[in-house]
Amino acid sequence: MSIPTNLKYSKSHEWVRSEADGTVTVGITHHAQELLGDMVFIELPDVGRKLKQKEECAVAESVKAAADVYSPISGEVTEVNAPLVDEPGKINEDAFSAWLFKMKPSNPAEIDGLLDAAAYTELVENEDH
Amino acid sequence: MLKMTPLNQTHRDMNAKMVDFGGWDMPLHYGSQLDEHHKVRQDAGMFDVSHMLPVDIKGDNVRGFLRQLVANNVDKLTVPGKALYSCMLTPQAGIIDDLIIYFLSETWFRIVVNAGTADKDVAWMLKQRDALAPHLEITPRRDMAMVAVQGPNARAKVWQVIPGSQAVTEELKQFQSAVVGQYFIARTGYTGEDGFEIILPAVDAPVFWKALHAAGVAPAGLGARDTLRLEAGMNLYGQDMDETKHPLESGLAWTVDLKSERDFIGKQALLDAAVTHQLVGLVLIDRGVLRSHQEVVGQKDGAEYKGEITSGGFSPTMNQSIALARVPVQIAVGDEVDVIVRDKKLRAKVVKYPFVRNGKVLV
Repeated sequence: MSIPTNLKYSKSHEWVRSEADGTVTVGITHHAQELLGDMVFIELPDVGRKLKQKEECAVAESVKAAADVYSPISGEVTEVNAPLVDEPGKINEDAFSAWLFKMKPSNPAEIDGLLDAAAYTELVENEDH
Repeated sequence: MLKMTPLNQTHRDMNAKMVDFGGWDMPLHYGSQLDEHHKVRQDAGMFDVSHMLPVDIKGDNVRGFLRQLVANNVDKLTVPGKALYSCMLTPQAGIIDDLIIYFLSETWFRIVVNAGTADKDVAWMLKQRDALAPHLEITPRRDMAMVAVQGPNARAKVWQVIPGSQAVTEELKQFQSAVVGQYFIARTGYTGEDGFEIILPAVDAPVFWKALHAAGVAPAGLGARDTLRLEAGMNLYGQDMDETKHPLESGLAWTVDLKSERDFIGKQALLDAAVTHQLVGLVLIDRGVLRSHQEVVGQKDGAEYKGEITSGGFSPTMNQSIALARVPVQIAVGDEVDVIVRDKKLRAKVVKYPFVRNGKVLV
């Protein structure tokens, strides 16, 4: 699967989409779900929680393993994708549309420091070898 | 360098995701572990279990040797083809391995042992043979492959693929086996479903696998094998028991014969053992996933206790998390316990396992 060019990426395999209203949407990447296998459990952060960049904020568990999800930037959680909790397999179907939560950045400059699609592609390819 | 089964290339050709499993390059899944699990529960799936090792023991009075070697009683094997599940113990009653013994004739028994323990098992058998029955011939059969075909439709699909097999194997009961040409066919398995485990010459394995696939049997990997056996409440060596544990604290008392006069390695230690722990089933009440090594805590009769999950995971059939756990013997079916998962305590109920058999949820 190709890596969308309109998103930004963390080294820990979260994707970030900047929205028109100044919030960002966060999910885990196709590569991350591929490594984990069939997803069976998702734990999302509470709305209103203030996160620091790289802070553990959610859990994604597959049949195989539990993986922590790290906040790609600092900010406050404004909304979570609650229906995903009942259908974690949506992440396997399309990781880039099955978002986890939205947040209001407290330091928007952090977004610029994330990887772009080309840099993330390189990271994934290096991991595979 | 990882060890490869005769089906290694076949798995790769079927786009398997391969993993290092105890030094063996094995398929984890072929796309979706969950789909493979359901296919076995509802139809038919096949597993390459050629990493496990058949060991043939031949010569006069093999039975006499096995009476001493293993904890279950081979005198239960009266009809040729009959199989017996047993532990092989150290003198201290630690579990060296769990294995299946097939009685083929008084001069030929076949034992199938786990992959990760195969070398130490054979070394142990040879050592005991030298001491107890030096005339016996013990032969590891790495020239064989082993395929488990499991599920409600598994036997019918095997009959389609192996000419003449239906007539010979249709009447086999659970834990019986028969030989059909070059195929050794046993009605055994590790999934809680009906089916066969088939031992055949390694060189013929790829053609056999492809024929099963063409007959509609889905390839299934070690991932599904683990969730299926956990639902079926079957122990996994190295997780639910090992050399530091004895069968009586590992849910395997039913495999130990302490009644007959016969002496066997580990018997005295078992008779002397204080049984303080047991293996129980857990069903998670809260949301989450139980995993091996998570701590089980609680209070019973005013005293705090601790236990440990030995195998945990997500049950695709029940759509919730289940586990096997080693806890003090005071804990009873119906009790609720807490399991420490990351920074939280999750509530779980103690149940009698198996959780699932023949497609049906039992708890």
